[in-house]
This record gives sequence, structure tokens and C-alpha cells, in this order.
Amino acid sequence: MSVKKTSFFEASARTRIARLVDPGSFSEFCPPQLRHTSPHLARLHAPVAFDDGVAVGCARLAGHPVLIAAQEGRFNGGAVGEVHGAKLAGLLDKAVSERPAAVLLLVDSGGVRLHEANAGLIAISELMRAVLRTQAAGIPVFALIGGSCGAFGGMGIVARLCAEVVMSEQGRMGLSGPEVIETVMGVEEFDSRDRALVWRVTGGKVRRALGEATRLVEDDVAAFRAVTADLLAEYGARPLKPSSLDTLFDAHARLTARTRRFSAARDGREIFAASGFSDIDGVPLMAVDAFNRHLMETA
Amino acid sequence: MTTDALFNSLFGPGRHTIIIDGAFMHGTAVVAGREAVVIGTRDHAEIDCELALKVAGTLLAAVAEDGNGSRPPRTIVILVDTRGQALSRHDELIGLNGCFAHTAGCADLARRCGHRLVTLVHGDAVSGGFLAFGLMADRICALPHAQVRVMDLRAMARVTKIPYDRLVVLAEESPVFAPGAENYWRMGAVHELWSADDDWCARLEAAVNCAEAGDTRAALGLERDGRRLASPLAQLVAAAS
Repeated sequence: MSVKKTSFFEASARTRIARLVDPGSFSEFCPPQLRHTSPHLARLHAPVAFDDGVAVGCARLAGHPVLIAAQEGRFNGGAVGEVHGAKLAGLLDKAVSERPAAVLLLVDSGGVRLHEANAGLIAISELMRAVLRTQAAGIPVFALIGGSCGAFGGMGIVARLCAEVVMSEQGRMGLSGPEVIETVMGVEEFDSRDRALVWRVTGGKVRRALGEATRLVEDDVAAFRAVTADLLAEYGARPLKPSSLDTLFDAHARLTARTRRFSAARDGREIFAASGFSDIDGVPLMAVDAFNRHLMETA
Repeated sequence: MTTDALFNSLFGPGRHTIIIDGAFMHGTAVVAGREAVVIGTRDHAEIDCELALKVAGTLLAAVAEDGNGSRPPRTIVILVDTRGQALSRHDELIGLNGCFAHTAGCADLARRCGHRLVTLVHGDAVSGGFLAFGLMADRICALPHAQVRVMDLRAMARVTKIPYDRLVVLAEESPVFAPGAENYWRMGAVHELWSADDDWCARLEAAVNCAEAGDTRAALGLERDGRRLASPLAQLVAAAS
């Protein structure tokens, strides 16, 4: 096997899958040859894709059977429409009956596809319920985020419903993207062209420091694979317990305390300072290993 | 319609004790002869982290109160009026998507613990603010004048670069992108459209009685011919080998 790094950020959806799972183990459901395209895009004379911007199937990762989906950020920003959403929902339905070790969602999406906005919003609501249903049945869902579109809009909510959120530093996660906030609220609220600020608000490091992401990895598909293999082993040894009143009360207390603690925060610098980093301006430049080590030591 | 007039129409005069806390509302009311929990927002609320957590906390409290077996889990009535998620750098920084996921998870826990969830859209129901809890219900009803949407057509025209006039024409043929509770009804995400002439107490009772815990929206969208692909395609993937 080649030791050359494959940037998760740069790779296409299918390349990400191919390099993430055990070689040759991916088998795609409803592949592009079947041409499940969006009739809604076609009606608006917008370009269509034969997979509607998402690949779904089954594979093995370190020998564990998984169901896997990867959104293609290069097609309509990975946005969710009727067909795209139905493929993801069907995959999660399948998980409940087939009980794989986990479902892996390689999220790369701005959220709802505006050309079919109602269908997209409903599909995301169905996905939210499907993730919850899958995990209530004891099957963990992992979100892997490191593409150019990040995980925004409803897909940002779906990602946070997942038992694990693995991000690269280049990955971004949130609800409304910086461009939307700037357009509606003005550049003083959020300057979307200030890339450093955008990353300090939405990027992998600040998400990991806050606990919104559970793992931070290098922008390398092999790094995503290694941490996913670790997680699969962990869940194999200690299966996912469905959320309960106790676990959700705990989560509620944590989120409430965090919201109070950062009641006026507007920049990731404040989160990094609270996480005990001494050189705040140096955090964006820190190697992932050193960053993770610091968080572990101060936890 | 004032909030008090709304409550009187939904539950009957003197049959509701609901606290108004800014845009947030919570309390109890009588539905179908039994006490129900009421949680909601008003004044086209913008849902920020704080408001989402208030909703989540109220959901958890209801599950906890009924969890000791002293009475059957009460119905939870969710009153929706939201212009969408808060658009602020602060809320994004501290994880608005995470707060919404938590709120949705609390609604789902209530369902799994036997509570029935019925959403009544009494104002606006817009994108993220609707996803967080309103759309999590077992049964969703739109009151007259309810506005359900992701984005209005003029904004959509700007973003998609498709002329506004063309969108207006296409919206006549398809429910898939234009705002409107009727479109969401056709697509299966709004179960019932209520009219001003209806007896809302009776409709609410009927809605509670037919609320089902399973997610049947894709099948309903197919049946109503507003969403033809979602259900068969999900089934195709689920059955693939």
C-alpha cells in the first residue's frame, strides 16, 4: 500500500470511501449506472448527477462490517434534495435491520438544496429521526467531516446527533454558514472573507476544544481510517447504549453550563483560552498531535 | 390572534395554565380530557442556543415527571412560531447545531418513553428553527395563516440565479420548493391543515388520537402525490444487497 497522504479535503466522495475502507470492500447501492437523478433539478434546467451527489453502500473497515455514505461537495455543495436524502435515509433503515458495526456518514454539505428546498428540509428531518432510531437500536453512527463544504445547515444538526464526530482541522461544522450570516446581519457580525476568523468559529480545532467534535485528525484519509478503526474496536467492546433520561440530563447540564460560561464569546480565541492554551495565537498552527495531547492533559 | 385567544380556541377557556416567558411558552392544558404538556414559541421567535435549551429542558422535565409510572406519559403539544435559527456569530461559535441536535434528541426520548408529540404551527415555521423540535413531532398540524418555508421565492431566485417569474410559474406545478403549508401537506410533512371554521379542540383531540410514533412522512408524501421518490428510493436502498 502506498504511504502517500491522500488529502480528505481534496478527495472526491468515492475516493474518500475507497481509501477509508478495506481495499476493494466497498459495494455501492443504487450506483450512478442506475441514474437516480433529481427530477426537480432537471425541471429547473440545473445540472443533475447520476448519484444525486451522494454514494451509499456497505464495506468493511479493519474487518468490521459498516454501512457508509459519502456526500460529494463538488455537486451542488453536497446539498440534500429528495433523492439524495432518500438514499441516506434508506441506508439508516438498512442499518436497523442488518446491524452493522456502525454507519459512517462522510458529511460534506451546506444543508438543504434550495432548488428543492421543501423536499430537502423534510429529508433532513427524516434523517434526524433515522439517526436517532438507528442509535436507539444500539447501532452507532459516526460523522466524518473534512471536506470543503463542511457540515452546515441541517447536516450540521444531523452530524451532532451522531455518537461520534470525527473532524480534521480543515473540516468545518455549524448551522448557518458565515456567508449567510454576513449577508443577513452585515459584515460587522461575521466577515466571511476573514478565513482565519471563519476557522476559529467553525473549524475542527474549536469544535474539538468545545467538545462538539469527539476526535480531531490530520487532513489525511489514512488518519480518518485509523481513528475510525479505533472507534469501531471501542464500540465492539462497549456497545452503544441508547440515550436515556440520565444521559440527556447530563448532556443538558453540560450544554447549559457551556452556554453560560461563554455567554458573550464571539471568537474561538475565547474557547482556546478557556481550554488552557497559553499561546492562543499559536493554536491554529499547532500540530494535531500536540493539540490533542494538550486537550487530553488538561481534561 | 392573541396568545390567550389561541389557547382558548385550542384547549377551551380556563383549561390551560401556560406561562409566557418572552418568546418561550410552557405549561399544561387539557386535551382530550387529560392533562397535556404545552411547549412552544411565539412572536416569530428566532431560536438561539438559550431558547433551544429551554425547550429541551422542558421536554426532559416532562419525561422525568411522568417517568415514575404514576400516570401514563402525557401528550406533548408543541406550538411552533419561528422565523428560523438565530443568525449570530456567537451562537455559531458555541454550537447552535449541537443545541438543536440536543433538543431533537430530547423530543425523541420523549417519544421513546411513550409520550405522543403533536405540533401545531400557529405562525411561521422556517428551516432550522422548525427542524429543532417542531418537525420532530408524531403529528404536525398547520393552523390557518401558518407560513412554512425554507426561503421565500425572491431570495431563492437570487441564490439559484433562476428568474423569479419562472419560479412563480413552476411553483404552480410542483410543491417542492415554494413556501406554503399546503405544499408541506402534499409532501407528507404536515399531516393536517386546519381551517378557521374548524372546532380546534375537537381537531386537536383527533390529532392526538391518531398520532403514531413511526415516521411515515415519506409514505404520506407518496400517497398525496407530492413526493414520489423519497419512499420508493429509501426502500430500494434498504433492500439492496
